Amino acid sequence: MSQPESALADAQAGGRAPESLAALAERYGLRRAIARPSMPAYLRQLWDRRHFILTYATSRSVSKYSESALGQLWQVLTPLLNAAVYFLMFGIILGQSKNIEHYPAFLITGVMVFTFTQRTVTGGAKSISSNLSLIRALHFPRAALPLAYTIQELQQLAWSMGVLILFVLATVQKITWLWLLIPVPLLMQLVFNIGMSLFMARIGAFVRDMNQLLPFILRAWLYASGVFYSITERTADQPEILRWVLEFNPAAAYIEFMRDLLIYERFPERWAWVTCLFWAVFALVGGFWYFWRSEERYGRG
Amino acid sequence: MAEVTEGGPTGGGTPTVIVDDLHIVYKVYGAGGDAEKGNAANALMRVLRRQGRPQMKEVHAVKGVTFVAHHGDAIGIIGRNGSGKSTLLRAIAGLLPPHKGAVYTNGQPSLLGVNAALMKELTGERNIVLGCYAMGMTPTEVREKYDEIVDFSGIGEFVQFPMSTYSSGMGARLRFAISSAKTHDVLLIDEALATGDREFKRRSQQRIKQMREAAGTVFLVAHNLDVIEETCNRVIWLHKGKIRMQGDPQEVLDAYNKA
Repeated sequence: MSQPESALADAQAGGRAPESLAALAERYGLRRAIARPSMPAYLRQLWDRRHFILTYATSRSVSKYSESALGQLWQVLTPLLNAAVYFLMFGIILGQSKNIEHYPAFLITGVMVFTFTQRTVTGGAKSISSNLSLIRALHFPRAALPLAYTIQELQQLAWSMGVLILFVLATVQKITWLWLLIPVPLLMQLVFNIGMSLFMARIGAFVRDMNQLLPFILRAWLYASGVFYSITERTADQPEILRWVLEFNPAAAYIEFMRDLLIYERFPERWAWVTCLFWAVFALVGGFWYFWRSEERYGRG
Repeated sequence: MAEVTEGGPTGGGTPTVIVDDLHIVYKVYGAGGDAEKGNAANALMRVLRRQGRPQMKEVHAVKGVTFVAHHGDAIGIIGRNGSGKSTLLRAIAGLLPPHKGAVYTNGQPSLLGVNAALMKELTGERNIVLGCYAMGMTPTEVREKYDEIVDFSGIGEFVQFPMSTYSSGMGARLRFAISSAKTHDVLLIDEALATGDREFKRRSQQRIKQMREAAGTVFLVAHNLDVIEETCNRVIWLHKGKIRMQGDPQEVLDAYNKA
């Protein structure tokens, strides 16, 4: 076998005494290539890549609709059509509107808010597993991918919110000072979504069947989140604990918060603030930590 | 034959990459086999019998490779398909974990190739910006390099069109132009010079030479032996995951051609 000899010859080429390659590496300050950076270093790297994250998100949005004739118009058409279908189904055909004031607005608000989380979770779960070639070719903090997917959904949300606000204006016909607070629940939900997409990114990267299973989980979550019905009303004759559990669901909390501001002219109650904030912080910290723990394993067979 | 001829003017400078008895083993899914006929009933039986995934295979791609690369080296890696060339490059880049042994590097070795980051539905313009950011450039650097990339790729006004409309040569030129816009400490090039017309080949070799001078160390994998001969000062011949021979390009290439 010739390679150990030749390596030794290499090491001796500069006229040095024979030494192990590890010692040689040590002497010249060379380091092993594989290592997970510490959390602060990781955050710094991620911040350095902010331009990549933004450009990647925008590029994905642009390329997503580039094949269709209407192009970027679909960013508005998708939420509009979504709202129309749900309104037709649950507002007119199944008819739930009698007990809930402003039911169409109630419904569409729920759909739009839930869709934001739903799409971010779906995107996050795919963000690592469908970008393996990118991960195997370039060095960057892998959290950039789920973050980019979340930002892409945020851009989509801006259009959805526009549609939603027009819809509420048309049906409820009232604007209040509370509307100024609309960015607040959105920001908390965004933070929650970032955490969720990081969490799901790691799951999706290693649990290969997750992408098949996820639609069912998300649909169950949708039905549990009071999008089509009012949790308070439905749990009126049920034990208190059930209502409490349902209302602690983060999706339900963000939806209720938005409905209070947008439709019912109510300043959200204290529990709503606490729940929304708790989930945002908990998901972000937990999701980030969970994702970072596997940083060096993404993209490895 | 095993003696290393330290060719080139800068060979023998400070070590930049040390590969110490490196073994790489990776798992391949979906390799298929007789047991897996690919229908739902079989898959169910497999789950019930708790058999895991029979189509998973382990590939021992690199089996104990050792060498030291120095500042100023341009090392060509040759070998047949499946001899572990690309795997070795990925391991040096720190993108594959060693099964045994170690890779020691100075700074961050980078694979030349942003192909995976580019999107063919987007215009060349957007792809240049996206590719530059993907390699970790700052906005100022992107602005500085933009015109240079367009000039070097020679795609002219096609930069306004989606990359899906490019000929394969134009696409390859743009990709090479983007990837080579950044300066690297240790540069790893995998078959980047295979495409493009003669004029572009000449210019890209020029560029590799510049990068080699600026960068320190270049690794080049290519099937085109002329490119290796013209660019490299040292050649490693990989055969079935092991080093068959290494040293002066002329000698190794002669032996390789005879084999």
